[in-house]
Amino acid sequence: MSYIKPDFQHPRLPKNALGYTVTDYDGAISTLCAGCGHDSISGAIRNACFLSSIPPHRIAKLSGIGCSSKTPTYFLGKSHGFNSVHGRMPSVATGASVANRDLIYIGISGDGDTASIGMGQFLHLIRRNVNMTYIVANNGCYGLTKGQDSATADLGSISKYGHENSFDGIDLASLALLQGASFVARSFSGDKEQLEPLIRGAIAHKGFAFIDVVSPCVTFANHVGSTKSYSATRENLDAMPLDFVPMREEIRTQYEAGTSQAVTMHDGSVIHLHKASRNYQTENRNEALKVLQDSQEEGRILTGLLYIDPNSQDLNQVLKLASRPLNELGMDELCPGSRVLNSINEGLR
Amino acid sequence: MKQIKGINDFVVKFANVNGTGSASANHLFAKAIFRMGIPVSPRNIFPSNIQGLPTWYEVRVSSKGYLGRRGGVDLMVCVNPQTMEQDVASVEPGGYFLYDSTKLLAQHLKRDDVTYFGIPLTEMCMREFEVPRLQQLLKNVVYIGALAALLDIRFPILKDLLGDQFKGKEKLISPNVHALEMGYQYAVENFNCPLPIRLEQGGNVAPHLLESKQILMNGNTAAALGAIYGGATVAAWYPITPSTSVVEAFSKYAERLRIDPGTGKKNFAILQAEDELAAMGIAIGAGWNGARAFTATSGPGLSLMSEFLGLAYFAEVPVVLIDVQRSGPSTGMPTRSQQSDILAAAYASHGDTKHVLLFPATPRECFDMTVQAFDLAERIQTPVIMMSDLDLGMNDWMSPPLEWDDSYEMDRGKVLDAEALENSENWGRYVDVDGDGICYRTLPGTHPEKGAFFTRGSSKDEMAIYSEDGNDYVKNVDRLLRKFETAKNLVPEPKPHPPIEIKKPKTKEKLGALFFGTSASPAYEAVEMLAEEGYPINTLRIRAFPFHHSLDDFIHEHDIVFVIEQNRDGQMRQLIMNECHIAPDKLTSILNYSGTPITARTIAAQIRKTLNIESAEVIPLRPEVA
Repeated sequence: MSYIKPDFQHPRLPKNALGYTVTDYDGAISTLCAGCGHDSISGAIRNACFLSSIPPHRIAKLSGIGCSSKTPTYFLGKSHGFNSVHGRMPSVATGASVANRDLIYIGISGDGDTASIGMGQFLHLIRRNVNMTYIVANNGCYGLTKGQDSATADLGSISKYGHENSFDGIDLASLALLQGASFVARSFSGDKEQLEPLIRGAIAHKGFAFIDVVSPCVTFANHVGSTKSYSATRENLDAMPLDFVPMREEIRTQYEAGTSQAVTMHDGSVIHLHKASRNYQTENRNEALKVLQDSQEEGRILTGLLYIDPNSQDLNQVLKLASRPLNELGMDELCPGSRVLNSINEGLR
Repeated sequence: MKQIKGINDFVVKFANVNGTGSASANHLFAKAIFRMGIPVSPRNIFPSNIQGLPTWYEVRVSSKGYLGRRGGVDLMVCVNPQTMEQDVASVEPGGYFLYDSTKLLAQHLKRDDVTYFGIPLTEMCMREFEVPRLQQLLKNVVYIGALAALLDIRFPILKDLLGDQFKGKEKLISPNVHALEMGYQYAVENFNCPLPIRLEQGGNVAPHLLESKQILMNGNTAAALGAIYGGATVAAWYPITPSTSVVEAFSKYAERLRIDPGTGKKNFAILQAEDELAAMGIAIGAGWNGARAFTATSGPGLSLMSEFLGLAYFAEVPVVLIDVQRSGPSTGMPTRSQQSDILAAAYASHGDTKHVLLFPATPRECFDMTVQAFDLAERIQTPVIMMSDLDLGMNDWMSPPLEWDDSYEMDRGKVLDAEALENSENWGRYVDVDGDGICYRTLPGTHPEKGAFFTRGSSKDEMAIYSEDGNDYVKNVDRLLRKFETAKNLVPEPKPHPPIEIKKPKTKEKLGALFFGTSASPAYEAVEMLAEEGYPINTLRIRAFPFHHSLDDFIHEHDIVFVIEQNRDGQMRQLIMNECHIAPDKLTSILNYSGTPITARTIAAQIRKTLNIESAEVIPLRPEVA
């Protein structure tokens, strides 16, 4: 890690539609270990928000506890953030989301925060289809407490201390699919080309968008025998590339017939899946589950957009929330007044 | 035998089996007395069960308007063979016992000092009604009819109430009225009606009660209305007795009063969470984002919410929690009442933590204090916990009508809007600009360049930057303490009761009594009983924590101070000792923690014992059923 952040900016840094440069999406300097996969995720979020021209202050970042949950400090310094309690970010995000439906919510969690202590809240977050992007920086171990196996550690993976994991790992992407998540993706922190458009797609998605990102822990799980090391991940990676084309932007890339699939999202943006190594309909949940399981049986790490329901009904719609954010409503909208109270009194006599 | 006498002053208790429809019939009885303008306080003493177990309904009638439990039973209406033995034993000497005489009363249940009224309820209903469910349900209505004759309840009022109750199900009205008449007729023909205990409209009822257009409502409904009127938009909850009906009532009123007339959309969100942890998390997330948010829970839920309460305290996020207290540690007695979450709520969560507590004593206060809780939470930027209990929350209380001032504006506290941020320089989330410990907040999404910060449960400096520097930590938590000091003058002050003048007091010691919530009503009654015996006791009703300085003053002005509360460990006494630095021997606990609400007679007896008062006039306490 570095302690110094240069003030210098290249005078001709490209600007987005809002006139912001990518540095306007920076956060504080990371205090994570040098080479941590999580920093690449922070970088991808920063780039994705820049590329999609999202006003930084319209984003709220939420996290739980752990190395992953520290990262919201390291991107989008102009956004509010909430580092809540271990495993409970989903509930805080749910409350924040219904209180102000107009903001964009990005939740960052880890495998301990989501798959262990926060498993219950995670599943209920999916069940409610809260309109947010939820990224798990997944390294199969507890970093801050120095390398214990987490619940996503693969069976047989060897810990830094030579201990072989004897339990099956929880696969968060499969679980999210089973529970009915409306956007499920997996990626690798080292695959910026894939991760950035995925995050852009997730943000554009209306409803709960889940991205499980394999993000190696350089300090405690990057050795020979660890199934989530950089080299093991690269070796077994089976990446399905994609492009994200925001609404009102022209599709420029040429795709070979039969090798790509376009998904149009509710706002008119298009996710273009191409050169797919696994040919299946991304809008079919059962096929997605099967493809995911097949790939697991082959010992491969399948990444890309696994499933999407572009027409999902998010929590705000299900609750029939007013179109104005609840936190903006005043006494006129909220308080029935003394006359109504008098009639309520009358009914209690 | 000397029979108990009294106009508009007696206690009736119903012993039933739950799930047999007794609750609505018994409610009819209490409501009819209320409609006659006679002060009445009904209490449902029920099991944590849906069908088949004993349940009681106790109705206190009091011309002076005492709404707490008196203690003892004057008339027992027993339709539950499971508890008949205890029920007979609990009747005061000279009292009355009404039972279903379809089966002969066992010899050992006959007392010489009790008057018995046998009515063949089952037999009458089997003969008169064909549908089996009606045969069971209407037994309850038959005994209400008999009580109308025995106690002089105005029959037209009962008929009106049945009309209200069965609005939309009119064909049920006539069998119910018939059952009432059957009971009434039977009593008139077989007993000397009315009894020496009876009702009299107008009569000896305190004039101020007759004039004040009282209402009958429970505290949970009142709190829910407080949330509606106070502008709450997000309610998150997990069902738990006895707090469940808070959010259920909020939902009912919101569906009626909070639908946007133009769009039909909702100006509120109710989320039934997966557990109490999530319920509190949702409320905190919404509070962080600037919505008025609350949750309601009881005992075990409070334990689960503790971690999140610590976050909201330390990260300074406004949130309102309505804690409807029940009995015991762990599952305890889920359907019984206590005031035993005081310490758990005041210091909820690990580390140095303190929370603002409010103690309502009436439904009116449940309403007012819920509104106030939202103002305080946003003003002080901290969780505010309203400490109700099962007795207040679930039972109907006679109360002055709810009032609303249409000029009310929400106090959103120190929140910087876009304009204020635009003009601000060097804003820091935790800089104590005003010296009151309360800093300026910003809400997400307010300003493109300014005001963003990281809310966190970890230690930070004044600029909200993560810090493990001990000096930053100390500065921050010392400011939180300063904020708590500020809160002392923002929360509701304790209320003294006008002292009772006694010409020749029997003691020279200055006596004081402290109490709060549902202990207040029986405490006032006990104080009046003791005043009549020559022992004047000044009173102060605590309404909030942190404690106002007048509490310290009150304690110092008295030689002996009783702290009346409903838990084993004298939790309020401990909190006062701890927070006001009072020596333990200055405060004497007066306690009841059996799960049934404390009675005036219990309080008086314990005070007499402390003062070594022997009085021949005093009615000895009888063993209590339930």
